[in-house]
This record gives sequence, C-alpha cells and structure tokens, in this order.
Amino acid sequence: MFCLIAAESAIFTIFVVAYLFYVGKSVAGPTPADVLRLPVLPTICLLSSSLTVHAGVRSLRNGNVPGFARWWLVTLALGATFLAATMIEWRRLIYVDGLTIRTNLFGTTYYSLVGLHAFHVTAGLMGLTLGSTLAVLGYVTPFHASRSDVFSLYWHFVDVVWIVVFLVVYVAGR
Amino acid sequence: MSPTTIFSPASTPAVAIGGLARLVIGVTALIFVCVSALIAYAVFRFRKRRDDDGSEPPQVYGSNQLELAWTVIPVLIVVVLFLASARVITFVQNADRQADSIHVVAVGHQFWWEYRYPALGVVAANELHVPVSDPARPAPTFITLLSADTDHSFWIPRLGGKTDLIPNRVNSTWIDPYETGLYLGQCAQFCGTQHAKMLLRVYVDSRDDFDRWVRQQREPARAQSQATEGQRVFQTTACINCHAVAGTVAAGQFGPDLTHLMSRDTIGSGIVPNTAENLRAWIRNPESLKPGSRMPSMQLTDSELDAVTAYLVTLR
Amino acid sequence: MSTDSLALAHSEIPPIPLVDRLHGWITTVDHKRLGLLYIAYALVFLCLGGIEAAAMRIQLMAPHLDFVSPQVFNRLFTMHGTTMIFFVVMPLVFGFANYLVPLMIGARDMAFPRLNAFSFWMTAFGGFLLYFSVLGANGLYGAGNAPDVGWFAYAPLTSQTFSPGHSTDFWTLSLLVSGFGSIGTAVNIITTIVCLRCPGMTVQRMPLFVWLNLIMAGLVILAVSPLSAAQLMLLVDRYLGGHFFDTQAGGSAVIWMHFFWIFGHPEVYVLVLPAFAAASEIIPVFSRKPIFGYAVMVGATVCIAFVAMSVWAHHMFTVGMSSSANTFFVLSTMVIAVPTGIKIFNWLATMWGGKLDFKAPMLFCVAFLFQFLVAGLTGIMLGAAPFNWQLGNSYFVVAHFHYVIVGGILFALFGAFYHWFPKMTGRMYNERLAQLHFWLFVIGFHLTFDFMHIPGLLGMPRRIYTYEPGRGWDLLNLIVTVGVAFQAAAVLVFVVNLAISRWFGQRAGNDPWDAWTLEWLTSSPPPGYNFADEPTVQSRRPLWDLKHPDDPDWKYE
Repeated sequence: MFCLIAAESAIFTIFVVAYLFYVGKSVAGPTPADVLRLPVLPTICLLSSSLTVHAGVRSLRNGNVPGFARWWLVTLALGATFLAATMIEWRRLIYVDGLTIRTNLFGTTYYSLVGLHAFHVTAGLMGLTLGSTLAVLGYVTPFHASRSDVFSLYWHFVDVVWIVVFLVVYVAGR
Repeated sequence: MSPTTIFSPASTPAVAIGGLARLVIGVTALIFVCVSALIAYAVFRFRKRRDDDGSEPPQVYGSNQLELAWTVIPVLIVVVLFLASARVITFVQNADRQADSIHVVAVGHQFWWEYRYPALGVVAANELHVPVSDPARPAPTFITLLSADTDHSFWIPRLGGKTDLIPNRVNSTWIDPYETGLYLGQCAQFCGTQHAKMLLRVYVDSRDDFDRWVRQQREPARAQSQATEGQRVFQTTACINCHAVAGTVAAGQFGPDLTHLMSRDTIGSGIVPNTAENLRAWIRNPESLKPGSRMPSMQLTDSELDAVTAYLVTLR
Repeated sequence: MSTDSLALAHSEIPPIPLVDRLHGWITTVDHKRLGLLYIAYALVFLCLGGIEAAAMRIQLMAPHLDFVSPQVFNRLFTMHGTTMIFFVVMPLVFGFANYLVPLMIGARDMAFPRLNAFSFWMTAFGGFLLYFSVLGANGLYGAGNAPDVGWFAYAPLTSQTFSPGHSTDFWTLSLLVSGFGSIGTAVNIITTIVCLRCPGMTVQRMPLFVWLNLIMAGLVILAVSPLSAAQLMLLVDRYLGGHFFDTQAGGSAVIWMHFFWIFGHPEVYVLVLPAFAAASEIIPVFSRKPIFGYAVMVGATVCIAFVAMSVWAHHMFTVGMSSSANTFFVLSTMVIAVPTGIKIFNWLATMWGGKLDFKAPMLFCVAFLFQFLVAGLTGIMLGAAPFNWQLGNSYFVVAHFHYVIVGGILFALFGAFYHWFPKMTGRMYNERLAQLHFWLFVIGFHLTFDFMHIPGLLGMPRRIYTYEPGRGWDLLNLIVTVGVAFQAAAVLVFVVNLAISRWFGQRAGNDPWDAWTLEWLTSSPPPGYNFADEPTVQSRRPLWDLKHPDDPDWKYE
C-alpha cells in the first residue's frame, strides 16, 4: 500500500505542479479569486472521516465487529457528504459562473486536479461500502483487522491529498 | 568537406562550442583509451588457461583505497568539464544585443521558415540573408525564434548550436559569420510529415550586397504595364488567402510571402531549384514535390497554370 | 499409501491435453511462468521492432529513396521506439525479475501472485492495443493508424489540431494501460524483497541482482506515474477541450517536455539497472571471484537512482531554458557519471586476478562492459550543454542511446538469457551457436552504431525520412544499413538456438555453472514451490559456503 501511495503521490504531484504553473496564466475567463469559495464543511467532513475510519480499525482489532461496521458506515457518510458538496460546488461553477474544463487554463487544471481527487474518494467509498457490507453480513472477523488497517492507509492518503489540494487551490492559488 | 559539419565553425558561437567539444572529446578519448586498455588487458591476462587445475583464484572482496581513487579522479574530471561547459553557456546565452545589430524574427511554420526584419521593414521566406561580420569589429545578427504552429528547431551547424522554436514562447539565438557564402542546415525538431524537407539556407552577404538585398526586398511588387491573366488567376483563386504580394490585394499570412519570389534560389523551403518548371509543378500539386505539405493542390487547368507561373516569374 | 503413489512410473501418468496446458499458462500466477510469458512476449515484439528498424534503414540507405512514404516512415520510427522501450526491454526486465527474484531470496513466489498475473496481462494488452492501430485508417500497407508523433509525443503536435484521428490516442491509451501493469509489478517486486527473504538473508546479504531490481522498482513507481499523469492531461486536452498543452490558450508546450522527461530519464535507468544486475551476477561467476566492492556497488546504485530524478532537462538543452537552468542540469548529468563509472571499475576489478571463462554469458557481459563505457562517454559529451546544442536531436543522440540500449542493455540481457537458460528449461543451450550469435551481433552492432555517430557530427538531424545528397551522409548511412543484416542474422541464430536447445539440448543439472546464489540450489527447472525446505543463509554466497565448508564467505564479510 505504501508503494501504491508513493505512485499515486507522484501522479498527484504532477497535477499540482501543472496547477501551480498555470496560476495566473489564463488568458480569459473566470479566475480563482472570482469564483472559488473555501470548502469548509467538506474539508471538516473528510478530515474527520480519517478519525472514524481509524476508530473502525481499532474496534475490529479489539474484536468489536458491529462497532467496526458502524464506524465505517459513518466514514462512508462523511465521504459521501464530501462528494455531494463537491458536486454542488461544481454545479454552481458550471451553471452560474460559467467555468468548465474547457473555459480556460484555470478551468482545465482545477477540474482535473479536484476531479482526480474526487475519483480517488469515490474509489475509497467503494472500498468502505464493501468493508461495511461484509461486516454487516457477518463475514468479517478480527482476523481481518490488519487488512482493514491497510485500506485505512489509503483513506488517510486521500485525506492528505485533500489537504494539499485545499492549500494549493483554495488558499495559495487565489 | 560536408557543408553541415560541426567541425568547421564559421561564427563565434560555433567556435566557442567547438572549443568545448575539443576539450570534452579529448578527455573522454583519454578515459576510453585507458579503461578499454585495462579491460583488454584483463581479458587477455586472466583468461582461463587450457591446462587449468580447477582451483579457485584468490577471493578478493574489495578495496577501500581503490574505491576512493576511482571516485576522486572522476569527480575532478567532472568538475573540470562542468566549469568549462558553464563558461560557454554563459558566453553564448547571455550575449547582449547592441542597438545597431541586425535583428531578425524567424517564425517556424509547418514546413517553411518566415523571416521578418522589423527595423528594416523586410518580410522574406525560406532564405535568410545576413551581413558578414568582421571578427575585429563584430556585427552579429540576433534572431528571435517564434513558432506559428508546433515545435521546430533552427540549426546551421557551421554557424552555431540549435535553438528550438516553440509556440507561445520567445527564444533567441545569434550568429556572426566570418565569411560570405551559403550555409546549410535544416529543422531539427520533429514537426510533422515534412520535417525532413524544412531546409535552411543562410546567405551571408558582404555589407554592400546585404544592403542591396534589403533595398530590393523592401520594394513592393513590380507593377505590370497591364494586369496579366496570371495575376487575375492568382488574385481570384484562393492564393491570396495564404500568400502576400506587397503592393497588391494579396495579403495572406499562412504561406510564404511571394513579393520577391524570384529573388530566391529554391522553392519549397530549399528542396528544389526555383525554376519556372518547378514552380508550375509545385502549384499544380505540391504533394508531388513535398507530400504532406500544407499547401493544397489548387486544381487549376493547364492554361491557368501557365498563366499563374508566368505571373509569378515576374515577382523579382 | 504415499509411497505407492510415488512409485507410479512416469509413463503411467496420462498426458495433459493441450487445451488444459494452454489454460494453465493463461491462468497461471506462478512467478516463473509469468516470467517466461514476459520474456516470450518481449521476443515477439523484438522481432516486430526490428522489422520496423530494418524498413527505416532501407529507406535511409541512400538519399531521396522512396521505399516508404514520409507518413509511413513517421509511423515506423514512432512505433519502433515505443515498441522497443515499452514492449521489449521493459517486459524482458520484468520477466527476468519475476523469474529470479523469489528464487534468489529463497521465497516460494512473489508477494502478490494474482497482482503479478494482472500486471502481465495489462502490459500484454497495452502492446496488442498499440499494434491494433496498424489495422485502422489506411490499412496495413500504409501502416494503418499507428501513432506518428514520435515516441515522446511532443505537444502541440499531439493536439487535435495537428493530430486529428486516433493515432495519438492509440499511443496514449496503450502506454497508460501498460503503465499500470508496470506499477503493479514494481509494487510486487518491492513487497517481495522487503517481506519474503529467507532466514539469515539480511539486506546486506541479498544478491546484487535483487538489490538492483529493488531500486529499479522504486524508480518505476516514481517515474511511470508522471507519464500516466501527463497522458491523462493529454486525453483531457484532446477529448474534454482542456488546455494543458494548448499554446493558443496560453498553455505550454515545454511543460509536456518537463513531465515527459521527468518520466523519460528515470525510465532509462529502469531499463539499465536490471542489465547491471545481470552483469553483476554473471561476471563474478565466470571470473570465479566474488563481486568486487559489494557495498559500494549498492551505494553507487542508490546514488544513481536519486540523481536520476534530477537530470531530466538534459533532454531539453535546446529548448531555450535560462543559462542557470542549463548549468544546473549539466552539473547533475555529469555527477551521475561518477557512480556509473565506479560500477564499471568494480566489474573490471572483479575480473582482475580471476580465471575468466568465455562462455556465451561472459562474452556478452564483457562486450557490455566495453560498449557501456563508450555509451557513457558519449553521454558525457551530450551532457555538456553547448556541445549538446550541436549534437542534440541529431543522429549522434540516436547512436548514443542505441549504444546504451542495444550495446549495453541488450548485450547484458543476452548474457542473462544464456546464463539462466539451463535453470529455466533444464537444458544447456548450444555453445557454438551462441558464439556465432555473439560474433554476428558484435559485427552488426558496431557497423551500425559506431558509424551512426558520424552523420550526427556532420549535421544530420533525427526523424527525417530522407536527406539531401552532398552533405557527406550518404556512404555512412549505407554502412549503417548493412550492419542491420548482421544483427538480423544474429537474432535469427539466437531464436533457433533457443528453440533447438529447449527441446533437444543436453540436460543440465541444478548448477551447471558452479555458481553461488540460491536459484542454483533447486532443480532445473525449479518445482512449482521452488524450495522443498526453506533455505537459511549466512553470507552473500550461500552455495559457496556449502561447497567450501572449510573456507566459507561469512568468515570474511
């Protein structure tokens, strides 16, 4: 999992570099300062989901399978809230502010970077769904604690990437 | 001697590079001779003999002194080569442009070269003219490099190293040729189907010849006593969408400026001599001379072709 | 009862039907079989890439030839480069790593056998996708819809404006897919080496082959990802209207170059480190001495890996970067020459004072040593930026990198083929055919690639489908083409040797070379589970210790 995280970090780094390189270089169209608003609620949701996913793993290690299922369902809900908030933001950007991936350099780099992250969140949600469903159906035992720990590493990685994206796009880039 | 060898420099940047090249080749040749001699010696001296008794030779695991020696010496060599390179980089890249030096803007197209002399009011294509430069009192020509479409590279080996032409980017290079004559080169960055035939021709003229050429290029097209049939075909077909002829209604920017077409030795960016026959073949179907060229065949009839060619031949 | 079943004569076991045997190969997760699949796959694409090269060389034999059209030529050089790097050398490298790494560390298989199989099939699919492009558009004679933008696919030539149609998409998608396969294999290699070493095998006792493949895998993870990212960006540009590389909208063509070469330079180290790995096992065995300076070799390789991530813009010296940027990249490029040179000296010192036995593996490795030296030296020439302003993008560069990849990597890999052929098949190859292969290839290689440097020095740029007479390039190009015939003959001899020996070669025992690493402990070919009992090691050369109990390595390490 660490190797996979290293590879994915390299991919995200390139997208972040492209974003930073093109900051301020858009020839026309909306700029970050014009249209971006700090996504406070989604960020709180996603970061706290790291705590809940860890709580789930710890539950499982202690033998509490229903607790594990519950914590992971909460994580799932928090992650889904994050995605929903992203979708709402994008809807506003596209229909109200007129910013699409083809509008200008900012549009291209913004949607690509945030979109790539959202894709990884979605993949993580699929994993969380799988884990909690299997737990509810009774297939999970404390034996699986280390596997769920490995998965939670992926989820923590997704969170860290969000911190970077947040700082680069919503704080520094504006 | 090859007209495009890098070992016959005729301009200051090429000379500077040539000096560095000599140093680098000398050092690497020395390393090559020493190390390959050692390899050859080892191969010969330590080969298994026919009468070998099958015993194992002394098992040596390493030697710190040797490792140190063959780390320190390469590091020293690297330092020397690095410093020599850094010196030439600064010398060539940071040369200042004086107010009175000739300035050319070269724009790369698929698959031809556009040359503009902003201070002199000249627009040319495919054949670059620059004045010769006396080493005692240098008169360099500075070339700004732009691209209208994709990446290209300007390379005349005898006059200097290559520099790329990249869209949405301004690059520059400079040359100060010591001798008059024709210098050859070609595009050196893959730019599409006819990259191979985007040839470069640089004419280094004496100061007088250069001034004369500039004066001639500045003039609009020779006015005809009456509008010829060829001129009519030229101006009513799509030719004027791409080509310009100063002093007429033709003002297209996509293709080479044709005002002084007959002042050039070649057409198609250096690929065939500029004769009436080649001109006619080109206009009839550019694909026949340069498959993949951006100029479409104009589907003219034979008589229209004759007329247009006769008109173009008057554009001196 | 178990003895009864063991007493069954071989002839009483019914032969397995062909369909089931093929099914076994397709569904295998055994690292040895996957290794062989990778290698066989690479050999097929070696022939395809070689045919592309031969076609190009025939076109360039003399000026203004018309053997292929410019459009076809541009597809040929794009396909040749892409094939050879991604579908020949990388599969060979992964194949040998897959086969040998678990054996050398005393493990039963790789850490993730199913990921291993998945990675192979991703890579294989990538290759098929790339060649499927040949069946599109103008059809087979016109090289179909194969990509024609060069293997590094510079923007904006790859935008929809300059590359309408799907040829660029075949390039992008096939490499994206095989890139995921590469990352999967790299993850597997690292996990296997970190977690599955047998008792006693500390990292200081791993064979150098294992060390170098570990470092290679780390580079794959850090380097292939930027390429995948850049390709995703290209797809966004081409299909979603993005502007990453759209110069009309303020985008940058140079940033594609940066992203590509951040992948491209470490990639060549990914290709070369396994060649070093093979040489580091073969040279000691055929010199009858341990590798000289094991710790320094490891340290030098780690240095190379780090510095390799910082030299990429030496592929961009002509792009017009500032003088400070150019100067930095000259420094980092020259610095990487130091650990590389150290390795050459260590191989030489391994041979020094030994008893050199010039069987085929050793022949190829000595040639590798000599040719890699030359390649490194022309690399130093190219690393001096002002000299690069003349030599860059010319046939000098083409000669340099073929010297590295063919003269260095391919020679070392041929050595690896011959060295481990007995282990993989249980039979010895034919030594005389192997020597014929060697000498034919050496002659062909030097005819082609020695003389190829000179047109570059005389001003011939690369990627041109024809050239003007009267520039002094004509005779040289002809000689370069003649060398191809020798190389083709050599590869034919090689393939014939492999085939004949596989079925009719003399049976080889566990350890035909009297070598010292763990793969020679088990039978040839190894059983599915590799080792009946998990081995325990006390030094870097466990079989030396077994063969010389009175003079074991662990007393001296």
